[in-house]
Amino acid sequence: MKHKIASIYIGDTVFLIPGITAFLIIIIIPFITNIGISFTKWGGVLPPVWIGLSNYQRLLGDSVFWLSFKNNVILLLAMTVIPTIVGLLLATFLFDYVTNNFGQGVSSFFRAGFYLPQILPSAVIGIVWAWILQPDWGVVNFVFRGIGLSSLAHNWLGDPSTALFAVMVVMVWFQIGYPVVIFMAALQRIDPELLEAASIDGASWLQKFFYITLHLIRPEILVVVLTTTIYTLKIFGQVYVLTRGGPGNATSVPSYYAYKNFFETQQVGYGSTVSLAIAVIIILLTVLFINIQTRQENAESV
Amino acid sequence: MVAKKYHYTNQVVKWITLVALAVFLLILLMPFIMVTINSVKTEAEFARYGPLSLPQGIDLTSLIDFWDRVNFTKTLFNSTFISTSVAILAVILSLLNAFALGLGKVRGRTWLLVFFLMANFLPQEALAYPLYYFAKFLHIYDTLFAVILVLTVIQSSFGTYLLSSVFSSFPREILEAATIDGCNKLNLLTRIVAPLSIPTLSVLFVFFFIWTWNEFFLPLILLPSNANQTVPLALAINQGQYGMNITAQSASGLLGILPCIIFFLIFQRALTKGITAGGIK
Repeated sequence: MKHKIASIYIGDTVFLIPGITAFLIIIIIPFITNIGISFTKWGGVLPPVWIGLSNYQRLLGDSVFWLSFKNNVILLLAMTVIPTIVGLLLATFLFDYVTNNFGQGVSSFFRAGFYLPQILPSAVIGIVWAWILQPDWGVVNFVFRGIGLSSLAHNWLGDPSTALFAVMVVMVWFQIGYPVVIFMAALQRIDPELLEAASIDGASWLQKFFYITLHLIRPEILVVVLTTTIYTLKIFGQVYVLTRGGPGNATSVPSYYAYKNFFETQQVGYGSTVSLAIAVIIILLTVLFINIQTRQENAESV
Repeated sequence: MVAKKYHYTNQVVKWITLVALAVFLLILLMPFIMVTINSVKTEAEFARYGPLSLPQGIDLTSLIDFWDRVNFTKTLFNSTFISTSVAILAVILSLLNAFALGLGKVRGRTWLLVFFLMANFLPQEALAYPLYYFAKFLHIYDTLFAVILVLTVIQSSFGTYLLSSVFSSFPREILEAATIDGCNKLNLLTRIVAPLSIPTLSVLFVFFFIWTWNEFFLPLILLPSNANQTVPLALAINQGQYGMNITAQSASGLLGILPCIIFFLIFQRALTKGITAGGIK
């Protein structure tokens, strides 16, 4: 009997044929081709010329690439760090206070409200905020002038000293809802008896938060940090619409820099090198994340 | 008396907190409100009262002008067609992959899962130029078909991963019983596994649809002509174009927001379920 059950599974690989074929054509072959192109000098029309590691040498010394990378790291503050912390506080507040005092409905309403920016396409976020931050008649400057703070009215996206900051504000606005939703679901998982027992033992709210809640929702925190970090490294649409990486390269990010090399300056070989650098960073981060997650799961099961 | 007073202050604190939270939410939603109220103003009204005043009437000129300018009917059709096709095809592809990887016995299962998940992690820039070049070479550049093909594979990558992990808790006795009754593999998939997974499949469908709708980078490089543009692409390309006035620009923002709000209202339940189940972003 056991043998029979095992044998019914043979031949499952057939179902993978469409999937594997499609992945080879759309993902694997282009990715490997991209690696190949990164060793060439190519304008996209004439045959590419093999130049070995020159593009990689250039990458190491390319101040625009490193500036883009630095901008990306700074954006992590707006897209990962602040949303995770504020999202955690908001979720705890909604879960502990609002639900208890005003009911589940009110708290779900707020959760949905905070989540709303998340449903917008990156390009639409750019369009809406470019309109709000428009220097002459945009809402932000209109408000500053209206309350007598004309000196604060400013070309936010057009001035290299404030452009990245303005993009960061937009990204915090966009990101905040995602951790709220994830953390509120995570909090539901926690056994209330555990918190009660801690209260009886004299633990304060803060102690319960740090020693029990934070500890128990670590898996969700990890998921939020990883997904938002990867999203940050891939950010493209908002930058494209808001600033095109400018003024100068003040808000350039690696993905936009790669795009620019491919389709604006026709340096396809070098663009491939830049895009490969992003891919390597993302793969390393993902491997690191899976390692931490496995270690956490093992520690919990012991 | 003291107790009553305490109770009273407590009530006040409670309501003040709620009002503070509501104000915070209102500020957060201000961009939506601003874009909406300024899309229905006339240009003269905007010039006179600025962006903060409530509209004195509903004037649809800006919206209609922008609609015609970008041929929004066609744009909406393109987006709907691409998103629906991708969502359907990607659900089918995810189901096939996950049936083999999650329920079947396949050698190198873990590595295959990593292989599929790769597509989800890799930045699209690292595939973009070869895809652009191949599409030109195969004469499918600037066709909806090319975008559908690429996005189906990218979306099904996440679907394969999620469905495979959902299938690890699938009741295997049902499959064994059906097999003993003479049910073949294909029938197991179409008559048992698929119908029983409808809740997960519909969550996947919703996410694939919305992700595809919101996609920007691949349509940007694969769909250059106006007639093939998707909603985010058409809005981005026309942003700040010469001759577009203030209210027309806010109208373009509103036309970008509205479809998403509609999806949000229709799909809210599936969205909440999906986000919390898979950490879907």
